[in-house]
Amino acid sequence: MYPPRFHYEAPTSLDEALQLLNMYQGEAKVLSGGMSLIPLMKLRFATPSAVIDVNNVPGLDYLSEESGELRIGALTRNRDIIRSDAVRTRYPLLASTAPQIADPLVRGRSTLVGSLCHCDPQGDWGAVMLAMNGDVVAASMSGRRRIAVSDFLLGPFQTSLRSDELAVEARVPAPAGQPFGVYHKLERKVGDFATVGVAVYLDRSGSSVTTAGIALTGVGGTNIKCPAAEQVLERGGVNDHTIEEAAGLAAEAAKPQTDHRGSAEYKRHLVRTFVSRALLTSIGREPVDIRQRRFENVRVLV
Amino acid sequence: MEVKQITVTVNGEPRLVEVEPRTLCVHMIREVLGLTGTHLGCDTTSCGACTVLLDGVPVKSCTLFGVQTDGHEITTVEGLGWPSELHPVQEGFKEEHGLQCGFCTPGMMLTAAALLEENPDPSELDIRWAISGNLCRCTGYQNIVNAVQWAARKMAATEAVVSA
Repeated sequence: MYPPRFHYEAPTSLDEALQLLNMYQGEAKVLSGGMSLIPLMKLRFATPSAVIDVNNVPGLDYLSEESGELRIGALTRNRDIIRSDAVRTRYPLLASTAPQIADPLVRGRSTLVGSLCHCDPQGDWGAVMLAMNGDVVAASMSGRRRIAVSDFLLGPFQTSLRSDELAVEARVPAPAGQPFGVYHKLERKVGDFATVGVAVYLDRSGSSVTTAGIALTGVGGTNIKCPAAEQVLERGGVNDHTIEEAAGLAAEAAKPQTDHRGSAEYKRHLVRTFVSRALLTSIGREPVDIRQRRFENVRVLV
Repeated sequence: MEVKQITVTVNGEPRLVEVEPRTLCVHMIREVLGLTGTHLGCDTTSCGACTVLLDGVPVKSCTLFGVQTDGHEITTVEGLGWPSELHPVQEGFKEEHGLQCGFCTPGMMLTAAALLEENPDPSELDIRWAISGNLCRCTGYQNIVNAVQWAARKMAATEAVVSA
C-alpha cells in the first residue's frame, strides 16, 4: 500500500519545526513514532500534503522528574517508558500501561505524546493521563502553553492543539504519598485495540486517598474521566462500600456501543469489574490479575 | 515527483539511495536495495514479517518511510550472518526446526537477535513476550521458542570460551 505523494520535511531544530508548521497552515501532519499516522496514510484516510518528521529534532527524547512532575518528551518511545527506573519505582500507572500498548515492535517507535495527539477513542494513554490529571505542553512560534489533558482530548481524533502547535511534552504530577496505579485492558489478541480499558490511580497518605483518578478507554467518543467515582474515593478512602459505589459510578459514566468487540452491556460490566478489581488490589484484597502477574515475571520487556 | 537522496548504512555498508518520500522502508529494502530477505506480510503493522533492526531496535519496516532511515543504520536478515557463518539465532532455527514455511522467519530472527542482545538469558516467557509482535502463520511458535533458547545457550557457551 502506498500513501499519496507528500512533501517530506525533516527539521533538525525545534524552531525549524515550528516554522514549518506555521508555514503549512494545517496542511501538514507531524510524524513522530508514525504508528498511527503511517497506517492511516497507507489506507488514505489521512492525506496530508506535507509530513513534518520531528524525529531529528534534538531535545525531545527524555523522561525527567522536575518540580514535582514527570516530564515525558514528544520523542520518548513506549519502550523507553517501560525501561525507565523512575517510572518503575514511582509511576505505577504508567508502568502498568506501557507494556500493554500494541506489541513490542510498535512500542519501539510509538510515543505517548503522539498517542495523545492522535486522540483515538481507543488510545490507552488518554485514559491514563486523565486519571493522573496530566497536561500537554504545546509549543508554537508565539510561545508555549500548558493544556490539561481533559481540555486537550475533545472527541474522536480531535484535540485542542492548534495547527501551528507542536505537542512537545506530556506531564504528570509526581506522587506526594504512596502511589497506586493499574491499567486493566481487555484485548482480543496482542496489538488489538482495547475492548475496554480502565485506568485507576491513587495517591495515598496512610489509609486516606489524597488523589483518586479513574478514566476509561474504548467506551465513548474519547477517553472518559469519572469525577464522581473519584470523589467517592477521595472522601471515603478505599473500602468495600466505596469500591462498590465508585465502580458503579464509573460504569454509569461509560457510554459504550455494541460492536464486534462486545455488547454495550458487556463493556459496561467490564468497567465495573475492572474498577473494583483495581481498587481491591490497592488494599491487598485481590491479587493483580493474571496479565499483571505475567508482566511481573518478565524481567525484560522488549 | 519529489525524490530524496539519503545515506543509510545497510548491514554495515553505507548506501546512497534515491527514494520518493512515500516509499515505505520495506519497499526501499526489497526493491531499491534488492534485499528480498525482508518479507512484506500484512502491510498493516500487525504481523512483523517485515521486521528489521533500525539502529539495533526491531521495527516493522512497512510502517516506516524509507526517507526516515537517512543517517541511520538498518540490519536485515542478510546482515545477520552468512551461510558459512550463521548467527547463533540462525543456527538455532536450523537446529530446532524453528521454521515451517519460512515466511515469518527473517522477522522472527531479527527480533530474537535484538532480544538476546539485551537479555542473554531469557526465560520462555521473556521470549514469548518479545516475539508477540511477530506472527507465525504456521503457528509454529514452540519450535521458534526452542530455537531462541538454543541460540541463547550457544551464545552463552561461546561467551564462556572467549572469557576463559
